Amino acid sequence: MKKEVTINVNGTSYTEEVEPRLLLVHFIRENLELTGTHIGCDTSHCGACTILLNGDSVKSCTIFTVQADGAEIATVEGMMQDGKYHPLQEAFKEYHGLQCGFCTPGMLMRAIDFLKHNPDPTEEEIRWGISSNLCRCTGYNNIVIAIEKAAEKMREVEVETVA
Amino acid sequence: MIPASFDYHRASTLQEAFTFAQEYGEDAKYLAGGHSLIPMMKLRFSEPAHIIDISRIQGLKYIKEEDGILKIGALTTEADLEFSDLCHDKYPILVDVSKLIGDPSVRNKATVGGNLAHGDAANDHPAVMLALKANIVAEGPNGTHNIPVDEFFKGFFETALEQHDILIEIQIPATKAGNGGAYNKIERKVGDYATSGVAVNLTVDTSDTVVDIGIGLTNVNPVPMRVSRAEEALKGNKLTQELIEKAGKIAGEDCSPTADLRGSEDYKRSITKELTIRTINKAWERAKASL
Repeated sequence: MKKEVTINVNGTSYTEEVEPRLLLVHFIRENLELTGTHIGCDTSHCGACTILLNGDSVKSCTIFTVQADGAEIATVEGMMQDGKYHPLQEAFKEYHGLQCGFCTPGMLMRAIDFLKHNPDPTEEEIRWGISSNLCRCTGYNNIVIAIEKAAEKMREVEVETVA
Repeated sequence: MIPASFDYHRASTLQEAFTFAQEYGEDAKYLAGGHSLIPMMKLRFSEPAHIIDISRIQGLKYIKEEDGILKIGALTTEADLEFSDLCHDKYPILVDVSKLIGDPSVRNKATVGGNLAHGDAANDHPAVMLALKANIVAEGPNGTHNIPVDEFFKGFFETALEQHDILIEIQIPATKAGNGGAYNKIERKVGDYATSGVAVNLTVDTSDTVVDIGIGLTNVNPVPMRVSRAEEALKGNKLTQELIEKAGKIAGEDCSPTADLRGSEDYKRSITKELTIRTINKAWERAKASL
C-alpha cells in the first residue's frame, strides 16, 4: 500500500505517494530527478549516495523514503548559494579533490557533517571522518587537503549552511 | 537492489507498536535505524510483509546516570555515544566501541538497541555489554522485564526477546573509582565486521588487585562470548604482565572462530590472544587513572 510523504529537499517541499520499499536514493534521483546523488555499491559501503538528513550525513541507499517523511534533506544540488560555490566545493575545485567525480557529491555532504562536529580537524581526523566514503581515483590525499583548506576558510567566514 | 514489497506502519508509542505487532504476527519486523535490517531486505535474506517503524517513539533516546546506573535508551545512535560528553568522561569503552562500528554515516542512523536486538555475534555491542555486565530491559504487550546480558544471546541471530518485545533500555552499573574499560577490534577496513574484537571492563584497588573483571569477545564464537575462565584467572589476583598474558592465552584457546575471508582459525585465535592482552592493559591504564 502506497504512503504519502512530505519531504523538504534543498528548501523545496515535495509531497508524493510512494511505495514503502522505495529507497530514498531512488526517490531523490528518479522522482525528484536530482541525479547529483549517486548510487555506487548499493550496499551501504561506498558513500556515493550520502545526503544530509536533518543535518546528519546518511547513506540514502539504506533508508526507505517513508522513513524520511517530514524530514529536511540536503543534496549536493543545494550546496551552491546565490550562484556561489560552498567553500568545500571551491576547495575541491582548487585543490583537485576529485578526478572522475563520482564520489564527490557524497564526499562533500559527508564533509559538511564532519566539519560541523569538528571545525578544526587534524589530517588524521579528516581521514577518519571521511572513512564512510570511498574514492577510487584520488588516493584521498587531495580530498584531505581540500577539506583542510575549506575548514580554514569556513572558520574565517560564516557560511550559509545548506538545508 | 530493491527489497520485496511490504506495508509500512509507523508507531508513535510502544503500545501502538505492540498493537501492530500483535496484528501482523510473524510477518512483521520492527525497524529502528534499519542499518542491519534494510541491507538484509535488499539482499532478500529478509522479506517481512509488514514493517513497524519504531524510530519515532518518544523517550527512547538518552544516555544518563540514575541511581548508580548508566541508562542508555535503545534508540540512542552510535553517533550519540561517540559524541557524548558523559561517555567521554566516564565510559570511554562506549566511545571506543561506537567509533569502531560501521562508519561515520552509518553511525548517524544505527542504534545501540538494534545492534543488540539483531543478535549477531559479529556486532560489537554484545561483547561490550557482556564485559560491562549489562542488564537489558525489554517491553512487550504484557509489561517490561529485565534480561541479564548473560541470558540475552541464545544462538545464531537469536535473543531472549519474546516475539513482540522491544528492547527499550540498556542498564550498566555506574563507573566508580578503580574502574576502567576498553574495546578494540581488528578489522580489514572501516565498516567491516571484526576479525576479532575484545571488550574488557576492569576494577582494581590501590594495590592493583582485580576486584571485578568482565571480558567479552566479538565474532570469534557462534554467539557473543564471555571468557569466564580468563575472568576467573584474574579476579582476586594482583595484575601483572604474566597474569594478563595468561588471560590472553585463555581467550585464544576458549573462543571458537571459524575460518573465513578474514583469516584462518589459528590466526583468529592468535589475534584474539594479543587483542585481549592489549585491551586488558588499556583498561588497566584507565582504571588506575580513575583512582
